[in-house]
Amino acid sequence: MTLTQRDIDQEITEERAAYEKRLAGGAPVEHHPRRDYAPYRSSTLRHPKQPPVSIDVTKDPELVELSSPAFGERDITEIDNDLTRQHNGEPIGERITVSGRLLDRDGRPVRGQLIEIWQANSAGRYAHQREQHDAPLDPNFTGVGRTLSDDDGFYRFTTVQPGPYPWRNHVNAWRPAHIHFSLFGSAFTQRLVTQMYFPNDPLFPYDPILQSVTDDAARQRLVATYDHSLSVPEFSLGYHWDIVLDGPNATWIEEGR
Amino acid sequence: MTKIDTSSPENVLPTPSHTVGPFYGYALPFPGGGDIAPLNHPDTITVQGYVLDGEGKPLPDAFVELWGPDPDGKISTTDGSMRRDPASGGFLGRNGVEFTGFGRIQTDAGGHWYAHTLRPGARGRSAPYISACIFARGLLVHLFTRIYLPGDEAALAADPLLAQLAPERRDTLIAEDQGNGTYRFDIRLQGEGETVFLEFT
Repeated sequence: MTLTQRDIDQEITEERAAYEKRLAGGAPVEHHPRRDYAPYRSSTLRHPKQPPVSIDVTKDPELVELSSPAFGERDITEIDNDLTRQHNGEPIGERITVSGRLLDRDGRPVRGQLIEIWQANSAGRYAHQREQHDAPLDPNFTGVGRTLSDDDGFYRFTTVQPGPYPWRNHVNAWRPAHIHFSLFGSAFTQRLVTQMYFPNDPLFPYDPILQSVTDDAARQRLVATYDHSLSVPEFSLGYHWDIVLDGPNATWIEEGR
Repeated sequence: MTKIDTSSPENVLPTPSHTVGPFYGYALPFPGGGDIAPLNHPDTITVQGYVLDGEGKPLPDAFVELWGPDPDGKISTTDGSMRRDPASGGFLGRNGVEFTGFGRIQTDAGGHWYAHTLRPGARGRSAPYISACIFARGLLVHLFTRIYLPGDEAALAADPLLAQLAPERRDTLIAEDQGNGTYRFDIRLQGEGETVFLEFT
C-alpha cells in the first residue's frame, strides 16, 4: 500500500493527541522525541521495547559517564568552522553565519567542547555516496565542519544555506532545510545529536522527524532565529541558535541535587 | 526563541534530540576511530559485535561511541582522538602513544563494529566497564549502554547496576570472552535479548 502525506499527517495528529492526553493526565513535558514514533518509519524496528534502566548519578561520583572525552586544538584546524573555504572555489548558495552558545541545564556555558556539523548543499544534495537524490553536487562544497566552543560557550560557523530535499519515508516526503549538529558536554551523559532548522519553513508541519518532537515549545527550540547583528555586511546572513544539553553532570553532585 | 535567557532558570530547557539520519557517514566517523589503545600496549583488548534491529538484521547505518577509563581506572583528559592536519585539511589520526579513552566506530556493510582499546579498570563501586553510546538512522534519541567484561565474578556481583537486573537482562551487558583478549558484545535494539539501555538522572 502506498503511504501518502495524508496518512502521515493523520498519524502525526494522533501522536500529538496522545501527548496532549498524557499531559492532561499529569505526565511531564516531553523535551525529546519518543524513540517509538511510527510516522518516522525507520524507527519501527530500531527502538527498544523495554524501558531504560535508570541510574542515579548522585549515588556515585566515580561513574565513567560523568566525565567526557576531551577535544583540543589538535582535533580541529583553523578553517574547519568555515565550510565555504574547504575547496579551491566558492560554493554556490546563500552564505550564512550560524552562531550561538552551548549551555548546560543550569544555563552555564560548556567550554572547549567539540561541535560537529554536516548538511546538504544549496541544492539539497549531500556529498554522500548513498544519497540518491539527483540534485547537483557542488564540487566546492562538502558540507562538514567542526569547532570548539569558546570560554563563554560560543561557537560560530560560516556555510551556505542548505536546501530542502526529498526522502522516501512516504510519497512526496520532503525534509525542511536543516543543519545536523553533534555535541559533547562536560559529562558523557550530556551527549546530543540534533538538527537545526530555519525560521518559517513551510515544510515543518509535513515532516515526521521534526514532528517527532511532539511538544510545541520544544520543537521551537530547534529553529534558529534570524539575527541581523550576526549578518556580515556584503557577505552573509546571520542565524542565532543556542543549544542546551540535557542530562546530569558533575556539578549536580557538587550541589547535592 | 532560540536565544536562551540564562537569567531565569525556567527558560533553560533542553534542546531536543534528533536522529543522525542516513548521511552522517562522511562527517562523523574518522580514521582510526576504533583504534583507541596506544600501539603495542600490553593491556589491549578487542571488543567487537553487531548492532541488530527488531528482526535480528544487522544495521549498516549505525555507529558506536566508546568511552572508558585506562587499566588503572583513570579517566583520560587527553585530546587528540581525531587529530587534524592543518596542511592537507584531512585527518592525521591518533598519535599511537596517548590514550584518549574515546572511540567512534561506524558499523560496516554487515553491521559489524570492532575496536581495540585498553582493558578498563574499576572505579567507585562499579565493576570495570566501558560506556557505549549508539546512534543510527531511525533512532530518534541515542542509546546508552555499558560493556562489562567477564572474569571477575565477585566484582560483577557487587556492581550496583548489574545487581538490580534479572539474570537474562544482566547477561546482555556482559561481553562474551572469545579468547586472546577478544570480547563479543552485540547490541540488540529491540526484541528477544534486547540490550539493557540506560538513562541517567
